[in-house]
Order: sequence, then C-alpha cells, then structure tokens
Amino acid sequence: MTANRIDRRFGELAAAGRPGLIPYVTAGHPAPDATVQIMHRLVAGGADLLELGVPFSDVMADGPVIQNACQRALDAGMTLDRVFDMVRAFREDDGDTPVILMGYMNPIERRGLDTFVEQARAAGVDGLLIVDCPSDEAGDTRAALAGQQMHQIFLVAPTTTDSRIERMVPLAGGFVYYVSLKGVTGSAALDADALAPAIERLRAHTPLPVAVGFGISTPAQAADVARVADAVVIGSALVKALDGCDSAEAAVAVAGEFAEGMRAALDAVGAASTGQVARA
Amino acid sequence: MADAATIQTGDAPVRSPLPDARGHFGPFGGRFVSETLMAALEELEAAWRRYSSDPEFQAELDSDLAHFVGRPSPLYLCERLTEHAGGARIVFKREDLNHTGAHKVNSTVGQALLARAMGKKRVIAETGAGQHGVASATVAARMGMECVVYMGAEDIRRQAINVFRMKLLGAEVVPVESGSRTLKDALNEAMRDWVTNVDDTFYILGTVAGPHPYPAMVRDFNAVVGREARRQFQEEYGGLPDALVACVGGGSNAIGLFHPFIDDERVAMYGVEAAGRGLSGLDHAASLCAGQVGVLHGSRTYLLDDEAGQIRHTHSVSAGLDYPGVGPEHSWLKDIHRAHYVGITDDEALEAFHLCTRKEGIMPALESAHAVAYGLKLAATMSPDQTVLVNMSGRGDKDIHTVADLEGIEV
Repeated sequence: MTANRIDRRFGELAAAGRPGLIPYVTAGHPAPDATVQIMHRLVAGGADLLELGVPFSDVMADGPVIQNACQRALDAGMTLDRVFDMVRAFREDDGDTPVILMGYMNPIERRGLDTFVEQARAAGVDGLLIVDCPSDEAGDTRAALAGQQMHQIFLVAPTTTDSRIERMVPLAGGFVYYVSLKGVTGSAALDADALAPAIERLRAHTPLPVAVGFGISTPAQAADVARVADAVVIGSALVKALDGCDSAEAAVAVAGEFAEGMRAALDAVGAASTGQVARA
Repeated sequence: MADAATIQTGDAPVRSPLPDARGHFGPFGGRFVSETLMAALEELEAAWRRYSSDPEFQAELDSDLAHFVGRPSPLYLCERLTEHAGGARIVFKREDLNHTGAHKVNSTVGQALLARAMGKKRVIAETGAGQHGVASATVAARMGMECVVYMGAEDIRRQAINVFRMKLLGAEVVPVESGSRTLKDALNEAMRDWVTNVDDTFYILGTVAGPHPYPAMVRDFNAVVGREARRQFQEEYGGLPDALVACVGGGSNAIGLFHPFIDDERVAMYGVEAAGRGLSGLDHAASLCAGQVGVLHGSRTYLLDDEAGQIRHTHSVSAGLDYPGVGPEHSWLKDIHRAHYVGITDDEALEAFHLCTRKEGIMPALESAHAVAYGLKLAATMSPDQTVLVNMSGRGDKDIHTVADLEGIEV
C-alpha cells in the first residue's frame, strides 16, 4: 500500500479504467475565501487530483490568464502561509484527494527549501511541481523531498529529448506532466494527433502515469487527450471562467459546472475504452 | 568552456573558465526555466559553441563590428573632469560612439549573425531604456528579419524617442502592461513569445542575465569592449588602468569591460548600481548592494524581492538600470570579492549627467552617468599617476526628455 495519495489515486484510476481529471486553480483566485470551497466543489464535480497554484509575481511560463490570476491573488493578500492554510482546511473534509502545489522557485527558496517541504507536507500536500526547476537544477529539491512522502513532478515538453527524459525519470514521482504544446499555459489548442506517439515515447522510459496539460479547454479536447493519457490537466480555461465571478458562491458554482462537464466527457471515453488506461 | 567561445585575438590574458558546463558561476547562474524552453536553450548553446570557434563566423563578426558598428571605439582622456575630481586621471571607453549609440549593438550584431546561421527568420528582444531594442531592430532591419520588441508600458512612456526609432527601423514594439510595466516584465513576455514560437524565432536577450547560455554568450559578445580597452590602454598610456568603473543593471557593459581584466588582479573593478532615491528605502534597483540570492528569469543570482519571495518593483531614473535582478557572473564576482558593487542615487547621476555634458561635451546616457558619478568620487581618492577607466556605455540623447521633465522644462 503506497502512502502517497497521488500513487494511491492513480492506482484506483487504473483499476477502474477511469481517466483522471486534474483541475488547476490559483490559490486565492478569484478571492481567497473561495479557494477551499472551489476545491471541494471540483472534487464533487469529478476531479481526481487537484493542482493548486502558488501565486508568484513573475510567472514566466504562464500565459496572461494565470498571470492575471496570480496578480489578483497577490493583490488580495495571498501568501505562502495562506496557501498552506487552505490545504489544511481542505484536508479537514477530504483526506483522499491528492493536492499538488504548482509554483515557481523564488518564493519556495525564500521560505527555505526544507522548511517549505515540511510545512507543505504537514498541511497535506502530496506533490510539488516547480515550473522553473527542470531536472537539471533539481538536486536540492530532491534532497529536501527525500523521505517526506512528497513527490516532485516534472514537465516533459514535445521538444524534450530522450536523454533528458532519462535524466528526469529517477527524480520524478507521482506522474509525468506532459505539456501538449509549445507555448505558455493557455496559449494555442493542442494537437491531438501528435499526442499518441509522444505519450508512447514517454511510456517507453517510465512506468509513471502520464497526465497531459497546457492547451486543453473544452470537454471534447479533454476526451481526445483521455484516449491516450492517464489524466488530463485543465488550468487556464477554468481560471478564465472563475475570473468573471464576483462572489465566492458564483465561483464555486462555475467550478462545479466546469468539472462536471469535463467529467462527463472523460467518462464517455473511459466507458468506450475499458482497460486501455488500466496499464498497471 | 568559456575558452571555446573566446574570440582569440592574442592580446587577452588567460580566461577564467566560468561558467561550468551547466552554466553555473559558483552557486549562481544555471538554467531555471520551464522544461518547454530547455530544447531551445540547448540548441542555442550548441550553435553558439559551434560558431564561436568557426573562423568564418568570427571573421564576419569582426567585419561587422568594424564596418557596421564602427569599432574600435576610442579611449578618451577627460582632462576637465580629471581636473574637477582632483585625483586620478579619468579615461572614458567611448561605447557611446558605436552605431545606435551604446554598447548593446556589440551583442545584437553577434546574436543576429547567430540567428541567421541557425536559420531563424524572426527575432524578438526585450528592452528597458530602448537601447537594446533599437540595437536589435537595427540588426534585424539590416538582415531583413522580422523583429518584435517587448517593452514595459512605463518605459515606453519614458523613452518615446527610442520607441519611434524602433518603429522607423521596422520593428513592432509591444507594450507590456503586466507587473511593474518595466524591464523585468518585458523579459517575462519575451520569454513567453520565445517558448511559443521557438521553431522560427531567435531571442536576442539584451543583458548577461537569463538562463545559460545567455550570461556567457552576451558577455563574450560584449567582451570586445574590455579586450580593446586593455590593448588601447597599454598602447596609449602604458600598463593597465588602476580601476574600471561601469554601471550595472543586468550588467552587460560592465561584464564586457571587466571580463578581459579579471585575471589582472591589481586592476580594481567597480560596478555601479542604481541607488535611486537611496539604498535605505525600497526605491532603488541595487540588487547586488541591497538584495539577496534567489531565482529570477532563469538564473540564481542576487535580486530584490520581499520577504515572501515576490519580486519587488524597483526604481531608477534610468530605465536601463531599473531591473530587480543582475547577471549571475556579477553575483559571483561580488562573492569572491573580485569586483566591488556600489550605488549611485538618481540625484548623483543627474548631477554627473550635467557635469559631464558641460565639462567634456559628452552627454552620457543616464545609465552611464551613474558610472561617471562614481568614477568622479573614486578618482578623487586616488593619486594623479593613477587612472580610472569609466565605460561610457551609451549616449544621452534618448534621455533629454527625462532630464527636461525632471527639471520642469518644456522641450
């Protein structure tokens, strides 16, 4: 029995032949008091794992939607401690859904890598995706994560070479996050046809589950991805929908509808391809 | 590995072999970017290594530097400023006389040749004061390449003349409205463009910051400044200068001057940061003097952030120094005490701007005026048989509206 919730959840998904749904929201967006409720509503709507963005002032790999969400969250007074508070509050009612923090290096280093990892783990975080920390620079984080039951998740791009994948694999845990397009988050639409061979290439190097993100905004696109990947990450499209909400209630309702729409599309794929995703 | 990239002219001393193979200067530098950029950086590094040891490429670069840029730029003895300071001789390295009016073109000529060799049809650049944008638009025009320049909306307001110059040269200038609407935000936006359009696009980075190989590559293209200065000084004055002074925003003109002198231990080096309204407050851009180590724009370096690790808004009267990070090699030179980093306030820089203009007939860029101001202070503490070599990194025409505004004059 694996102790990390990410491993456990992907095991369950594989056994059930259910494509995973991983929504991303920026912590504190559209308002700090909405985030925990949004997280619960996403799970109720069919999310299997949650990605929570740690707001940063200079989100170099993100597009305008997430950049704006980070800025709004910072303007509303979001801090790292409040991100941990949110995860802790979420964990009071949900001990099963994995939570992955997605952020950038500088706020983490300013807290101190070891302290950050300890505090995140204590709050109930299961995985860490540091956008600007490729495997080349991950030596320190690997040391900090050792023995902490927390996975470091790495991005793989269409342009990532086989030799880079091989170097990344020993450091990676949980799942591999395949970036489905060249660009920042929320830019162009993904190319579904190019996806299958790309994911096959990845699977030749690692037994870890593969989640695909960047450029997926509609249930139809999510379904296309779910035919070849273990899970689908949806970020900018959800964040954009949340951005227009002027109350926590409205945001929670939008999140719920969003997750349910995606879930229905993924379930249709899961039912049609029994066993295909259940590689394990 | 830097040795492979050195343009061997026979007059440079043994080079310090940094960065290492992974782009680290001691604990600084590296490649802290999203995986989506790694292939592009590896492709760039491979091309840079290949062409920097390619005699044909180097001959073309040398020819462009001579005939298009107008190199070598002269050394100039500032007799009246020397007299004013009352100490060491003050000598300028006249990068302001380069085509486009600043040192930036040394690097853009090199990077554009590299872009062409790599088969890229489109170049992008970020710019603060507009000097790098102009220098990029200039080389793009000459090579018939599409050029997009990202510039903070606040800087566009401050540097209207350079914005118009870029447009005349055929570049598209994209205002960046995010964050502090200055150089750091323009750099974020250029990186986003690059990661999206990486197949046909070359990112001409303007300074020695960013992920490896940029800090080393931009340094090597700018090191022509220091190599020339070293040779010229030996020929014209004998020996070596006692001190080098250059302004530091990202740090490209400073590293270009410093680098060929790094092994000359008795040559002191001073990098002058923008102290803005004073280092005791937050309105400055002095990451080496007043910052701490963190990760920004792809490298580990000294930077200005708050206690939560959010990058701070910075301030300087000079747009080109208004940047919260600094090239990682400067962080290294600071920590090993090879170079000293000091601050000059807005007021001191403006005073030096006027003094230099009136005493020498040379109007410095506000960036370079910071170096002049510190050069004057330093020279005053030294003896007449010593020499301070100041990098006059750019001319001040672009700043006349800023200066007029500050002084309430309608131009």
